[in-house]
Amino acid sequence: MKKIIFIVFLALSSAGVIHAASTDTRGYHMDPDLSDTKSLQRGARIFINYCLSCHSAAYMRYNRLGKDLNIAENILKDNFMFGTDKPGDTMNVALRPADGEQFFGVAPPDLSVIARARGANWLYAYFMTFYSDPSRPFGVNNLQFKDVAMPHVLWELQGFQRPVYKTVTHKDGTITRVIESLETGKPGKFSAEEYEQTIYDLINFLVYLSEPAKLKREAIGVWVIIYLLVFLVVAYLLKKELWRDVE
Amino acid sequence: MNMIKQSLCNFISWVDARYPLLKTWNEHLAKYYVPKNFNFWYFFGALALLVLVIQIVTGIWLTMNYKPSAEEAFASVEYIMRDVEWGWLVRYLHSTGSSAFFIVIYLHMFRALLYGSFKKPRELLWCTGMFIYLTLMGEAFFGYLLPWGQMSYWGAQVIISLFAAIPIVGDGLAEWIRGDYVVSDVTLNRFFAFHVIAMPLILVGLVFVHIISLHEVGSNNPDGVDIKKHKDKNGIPLDGIPFHPYYTVKDIVGAIVFLILFSLVVFYAPEMGGYFLEHANFVPADPLQTPEHIAPVWYFTPFYAILRAIPSQLWGVIAMGLAVFMFFLLPWLDRSPVKSIRYRGYYYRIALTAFVISFVCLGWLGMQAATPMYSWLSRLFTVIYFLFFVLMPFYTSIDRDKPVPERVTAP
Amino acid sequence: MQDGAVDKHRRRFLTTTATVVGGAGVIASSIPFISALKPSEKTKAIGAPVEVDISEMKPGEKLVIEWQGKPVWILKRDQKTLNDLELLDEKLRDPDSEQPQQPDYAENQYRSIRPEYLVVVGLCTHLGCSPNYFPINANAGLGDDWKGGFFCPCHGSRFDLAGRVFKGVPAPTNLVIPPYKYLSDSRILIGDDSGEIA
Repeated sequence: MKKIIFIVFLALSSAGVIHAASTDTRGYHMDPDLSDTKSLQRGARIFINYCLSCHSAAYMRYNRLGKDLNIAENILKDNFMFGTDKPGDTMNVALRPADGEQFFGVAPPDLSVIARARGANWLYAYFMTFYSDPSRPFGVNNLQFKDVAMPHVLWELQGFQRPVYKTVTHKDGTITRVIESLETGKPGKFSAEEYEQTIYDLINFLVYLSEPAKLKREAIGVWVIIYLLVFLVVAYLLKKELWRDVE
Repeated sequence: MNMIKQSLCNFISWVDARYPLLKTWNEHLAKYYVPKNFNFWYFFGALALLVLVIQIVTGIWLTMNYKPSAEEAFASVEYIMRDVEWGWLVRYLHSTGSSAFFIVIYLHMFRALLYGSFKKPRELLWCTGMFIYLTLMGEAFFGYLLPWGQMSYWGAQVIISLFAAIPIVGDGLAEWIRGDYVVSDVTLNRFFAFHVIAMPLILVGLVFVHIISLHEVGSNNPDGVDIKKHKDKNGIPLDGIPFHPYYTVKDIVGAIVFLILFSLVVFYAPEMGGYFLEHANFVPADPLQTPEHIAPVWYFTPFYAILRAIPSQLWGVIAMGLAVFMFFLLPWLDRSPVKSIRYRGYYYRIALTAFVISFVCLGWLGMQAATPMYSWLSRLFTVIYFLFFVLMPFYTSIDRDKPVPERVTAP
Repeated sequence: MQDGAVDKHRRRFLTTTATVVGGAGVIASSIPFISALKPSEKTKAIGAPVEVDISEMKPGEKLVIEWQGKPVWILKRDQKTLNDLELLDEKLRDPDSEQPQQPDYAENQYRSIRPEYLVVVGLCTHLGCSPNYFPINANAGLGDDWKGGFFCPCHGSRFDLAGRVFKGVPAPTNLVIPPYKYLSDSRILIGDDSGEIA
C-alpha cells in the first residue's frame, strides 16, 4: 500500500519533469533564487528602468515590492517609482495600449505573470539571443522569439550580436542558410559576464514578480507538513489501539 | 463538568424528540456495520468526501473575490493571488483540489473494478456514482473557463465545438451553450453560474443519494463476500465492525496521509509542472490567437485521445460519449458470479490490466501533439478500451473463477 | 500491557491527544479563511491617506474629501465660531471630548490640531447617515439660538461646529476625528498622523 502511494507520487512528479524539459530553450538554463534579495533588488531596478516604460506589471503594487525586497519607503519612492505614483499603486505604465500597438505592431503585454507563462529558461534564452537583423523594423531579431516586435532595449549593455550562418543541405537537395551561433559584434558597456549577471537578476525578479507569495508559501509548507506528521503519529497510535478489538 | 454533561444530555434528548439525531448517528455511524477487512483501496470514498468539502469551502472563499466577466476575470484571479490575504492558499487549495478530486475518484472507481463493487446488489450505487463522476466532469469543465486564460478559453472553445458535430442541430446547440457566436463574456457568466451553484447543488445531492444507497445495501469488501450471511444472535454480522469508531479513526489516518501529499503539491508544486495549472493559462484569453499547443487538463485526456483517434468528427464525439457511457453498463456486462479479483480467473485479470494500461496511455497520448504514430497508438488503445466492455459478457462467463470463501479473510 | 485486556487509560489518553491535535489543526486552518475576509491590499491602497490643499478655503467653507470611502469634512472656522463653541457646553453630551472619538491631539475644545480647521468624518455616530451642514445664519428651523452645526436628516441628531453631539438626540457620541497631520501650512494629510503630533 505504501508502495502504491509512492509510485503514484513518483509518477506524477516525474511527469512534471518531462513536461518542464520539453520546452526548447537552446541549452540556456537558470535556477531562480528568490532568497537572494540583493539580486531581486538589482533585477527590480533593471525592470523599472528598461521594461516598465512600455510594459506594465499591473497586478503588482509598489509597497509590496518594498516590503518583500526590503526596500525602505523613501528609497522606493526616490529610485523605484515615477511621478505621481503612490506606494499602494500598481506598476502601471504611461504608454497606452493603442499607442504601443502603433509603435511596435502589437501592444506590449503586461509582465506580471510572464515568468509563469514562459518559464525562466525561456526568458533567459530570449534575452541572450538578440542579434542584428537589418530586415527588422528595429534592426534586431531574436532566436528564441522569431521576428519579435520588441527592440533590443538592453543593447547599450550587451552591444549587438552578429549571427554566424551555416548552410544546411536537406534530404531533398535544397540548401538553406541557418544561424549556427551568435558572435559579439559591436560591444556594449558590459562584459559578457556582467550582462549574464544582469539578465539573471532581471529574470530572477520576473520570477518573483509572477508569484510574490512563493517564498511565503514554501516557508509555511514546512510547518503544515510537520504538523500533519505529528498528527499522523497520534492518529495512527489511536487507530492501532482501537483496532486491538478487531481480531 | 457533570453539570455541563447533564445539560448537554438534556439538550440532545430535546433535539432527539424532534429530529432523528441519535437514529441517524447510529444508522450511519455507530451501528452501521462494515466488513472488517477493508484495505488501502477503501480509503478513497472518504477521501472524495474530504476533497468535496475542501472544494466547497475554498470555492465559497474564491467566489467572494472572483469577478465573472471577460474584462475582469483574469485580473481578479491575480488579485486573489496577491492582494487578498492568504488568497494564494485558497486558490491553490482549490486548483490542486480539482486534480486531487479526479485522482481520488479514479482510484475509487478502480477499486470497484477490482472488487466487483458494481455488481448486484450495488448496481444502483454504481450508477449514482457514475452520475457523480459525470457531474464532476461538468463541474471541472465549467470551472476551468473561469480563470479566463488562453487554455481556459480555447479549451472551452474546442469542447463546445464538439457539440457542433451533431448533425442538423449541432451548430445551433453550440451557439445555445455559448450564448454567443464564440466563447465570450456571456459564456463565462453562465459557466460561473453552473460552476458555483448548479453543479455543486447536484453534486451534493447525488453524493447524499450515493451514501444512502451504500448504507442500504452495505459495503462490499476485498473478498467480495456478503457479511450479512453470517450474523450473531443479536443480528450483528460476524465479520462486521461498527463504522464508528473503527473506520472513522482509520479514515482519519488515511486523510492525514492524503493531506500530506496534498500539501506537498499545494506548497511546493502548485503548478505540478504544468499539469494542474497550465503555463498557457497565465496568458489572458485572446479570442484572436490560439496557443501553439492545446490539450485539456490531464483528467480529461483519455477521452480526448479517444476523440482524436477517430478520423471522423461525428464518430469521434460519439466514441468519446460512449467511452464514458460504457461504465454505466458494467453491472450488466459482467456475468461472473464472483465479485473480487482475488477469486476471479485470468481472463478478467488480464482484461482489467489491459484496460488500465490503455486508460493511462490514452491519458498520456491525449496530452501530446497528434503525430501519425501517436494517432495509431491512440486507435490501438481505444480498441482495447472498448473491448474490455464489449467482450466482458464472454470472458467473464467462461473465466475459471476460484472458489469464494464463506467468510472474509485478511485485508 | 497484558494481552486481550483493554488499556482504558491509554485509550482515553490517545483519544484526548488526537482530539486536541486535530482540533488545533482545524482552528489553525481556519485562520487563513478568517484573514482572507480582512480588507485586501487593493482596499488598503484605495483607503490610503489623502492629501488636501486648504490654502484656498474661506471662513465658513466646507470641503468634502473621500477617505477610505467615507466623507471627511474640512471646515474653516472664523474667530466668532470658535468663541461660540464655548457657549454651548451645557447643551452638549460630551463637551470635553472625553469619549475616545478623536486622536489625542484633537482632544481639546476645538477638536482639532489648529483651531480654525475642523477635520471630521462626516458620518453620524447614530446609524451612519451623513449629516448636513447648516451655518449660523441658515434659516433651517433649528431654533433661534442655532450657532451653526450639523443636522442629520435620518433621525434628527445635531452636532455643533466642533462635531460635538447635542443632548437629547439619538446620536450617542461626538463625530469621529480621523487621524491627520499638517504637511505644511496649506496641506493636510488625512489618514496618517505618523511622525508628528501637530
